[in-house]
Amino acid sequence: MENKHSYTIPTMAELAREGKAPEVLLWIGCAGSYDERYKKVTGAFVKILNIANVDFAVLGEEETCTGDPARRAGNEFLFQMQAAANIRVLNAYSIKKIVTACPHCYNTIKNEYPDLGGNYEVVHHSEFLNQLIKDGRLIMDDDHDLKNSKVTYHDSCYLGRANQVYEAPRRLIETLRADLVEMNRNRQNGLCCGAGGAQMFKEPEKGNKDINIERTEEALETGAGIIASACPFCMTMLSDGIKNKEREDDVKVLDIAELIANSKSL
Amino acid sequence: MFQQILFFLVAAAAAFFFFGRILRIRKNILLGRAEDRSDQSKMRWRSVLLVAFGQKKMFKKPIPAFLHLLIYVGFLVINIEGIEFFLDGALGKHRTIARFLENWDLTVFYTVTLNIFEFLAVLVILACVFFLVRRNIFKVKRFSGPEMTSWPKLDANLILLFEIILMFAIMTMNAADQILQERNVEGYPDTGLMIFSEVFASPFYRPLNTDILIFVERIAWWLHIIGIFAFAIYVTYSKHLHTFMAFPNTYYANLEPAGKIKNMPEVTREVNMMLGISAQEDPAAGEEISRLGAKDVRDLSWKNLMDAYTCTECGRCTSECPANQTGKKLSPRKIMMDTRDRIEEVGRLVAKNGNQADDGKSLLEDYIAKEEIFACTSCNACVEACPVMIDPLSIILQMRRYLSMEESSAPAEWNSMFSNIETSFSPWKFPPSERFNWAKELKDEA
Repeated sequence: MENKHSYTIPTMAELAREGKAPEVLLWIGCAGSYDERYKKVTGAFVKILNIANVDFAVLGEEETCTGDPARRAGNEFLFQMQAAANIRVLNAYSIKKIVTACPHCYNTIKNEYPDLGGNYEVVHHSEFLNQLIKDGRLIMDDDHDLKNSKVTYHDSCYLGRANQVYEAPRRLIETLRADLVEMNRNRQNGLCCGAGGAQMFKEPEKGNKDINIERTEEALETGAGIIASACPFCMTMLSDGIKNKEREDDVKVLDIAELIANSKSL
Repeated sequence: MFQQILFFLVAAAAAFFFFGRILRIRKNILLGRAEDRSDQSKMRWRSVLLVAFGQKKMFKKPIPAFLHLLIYVGFLVINIEGIEFFLDGALGKHRTIARFLENWDLTVFYTVTLNIFEFLAVLVILACVFFLVRRNIFKVKRFSGPEMTSWPKLDANLILLFEIILMFAIMTMNAADQILQERNVEGYPDTGLMIFSEVFASPFYRPLNTDILIFVERIAWWLHIIGIFAFAIYVTYSKHLHTFMAFPNTYYANLEPAGKIKNMPEVTREVNMMLGISAQEDPAAGEEISRLGAKDVRDLSWKNLMDAYTCTECGRCTSECPANQTGKKLSPRKIMMDTRDRIEEVGRLVAKNGNQADDGKSLLEDYIAKEEIFACTSCNACVEACPVMIDPLSIILQMRRYLSMEESSAPAEWNSMFSNIETSFSPWKFPPSERFNWAKELKDEA
């Protein structure tokens, strides 16, 4: 379908100059800003925000790493330097509410910034999308390719066990009327993709298998053609797993925002 | 009279050793750093009721949960009988409570209660036998692993055997007692029919003559009471300490979201100073910064050490750990077992040579290797799996802090990631000026 939309992506600096404050700040995260694959997820989510007429803004070049990987790798100084810098910017703009597609940023800003003077309402994009649908701001199309297609959902540890968000992403998949099939280990018992705790940024320790392969095999066992994820690191790990298993042709790893954007041909 | 004196001596010796151990464990736990867990008492009692009393988290695996519940209920209920054992031992009487109730024509209460005890005793024996078979013949995977050396394996079996022996002692005592009642021997008050010992044990003892039966009954009584004392002391050295520790440990468990890592206020002070943010009136400002992160057990918080004493070595954490499942050296159970072994060692050292004593060893390096610490994905599966709310992840992360900040011995790739964040404000090496390029690309695409 021909795309007729043109998308607006206002920055906080622009809005501040006009004396405006948005309903919500969209926190992109480093993966969403730089990672070729995850930039597509950022794009899908921004498109949805546009068609739902959400009054949002981004920090643009003023955003920096939350410090999550530094803290998890043990470098508390670096984490707190990052946190202080980000909190300074967020507080300067009087930010109240933040939405992000990265569970690591979500966890850090939501749970760890308050101790350092950063207090915001933080929602993950899976929760935000549910709210848009519930409020009637985002109308789902009835007819699309995802209907009845088999989708499995991989729980991100930082969304699931860390913050008890298990159902929001699943509700979105059900809203799409896709056939949600669970892996053996799901929700509280979900298996990590292998990237958490700053593992994303180093080779795994010596073992007999890579964690992402173990998880990919479990996802493939469901027979689903789509592995849905809600985290940039999980997406990288599972995509690598699919590549390793040479199943790129028939199995796709997609973010839940992409599923919705695809269903609306955005 | 002789038996009374003997009872007092045995009881006094047992109390001496038992309370000595309890005080030592308390002292050891308090060797850890301060941490405030005194808030939200309502929520804390809730987790004691649900998780410790109610064993909520055990029921993820229903079969072991059910059998464990039998032993637990048996342990709690049958120990009520211990009250009478104590009274009998102290007063030099036999079945003090039965006599008392007989005077009021209330023997039926005694009979019903003892039958409940016996019923539970039979169930406990069955559950213990099942657990022994499962552990030693079916060899459930989570009961093995490099940290499950000969002592932890023996410990697990000894506890089960101990419980079986205690239950057999009760059954033997009751069976002999009933036969002596039948024979109208002096000194055996009416207990009413105790069905389980009558059916399962009496047939073996009925052929014996009265003198031998009196002896058997006494031996069984002493075996049970000494068994209880010995068990209480043994437990303080064993993984079985969880029977007590589960309660304080669930009370003081972490109530924050699992994903939140504990803040380091001493670092916050430094960072604020560096950034020129005025330090608010902070009573701790200017305080000497001790070691950053944890190298040894005394660098951990008291709650980490309480966790270690609470661990039952069940291996649910390790069997859920993604690193362990894929053959890495990390095992959360080992982290807890090492912490307990080391704090016991440090405790002995401190008791001998005072608080400043140093044996040149440390938890990290001498017990836990860096390779284990670096394998963790911080996924919280171990924390989620633990039936008594132990947090192995907290120890791992504190050791990473020590390695990264004190030793600068993080893996090279992490050091690159750190310098990327320092210079480009992203864990990847991209120029900050390109951070917002995605928006331009999106607009171009449209």
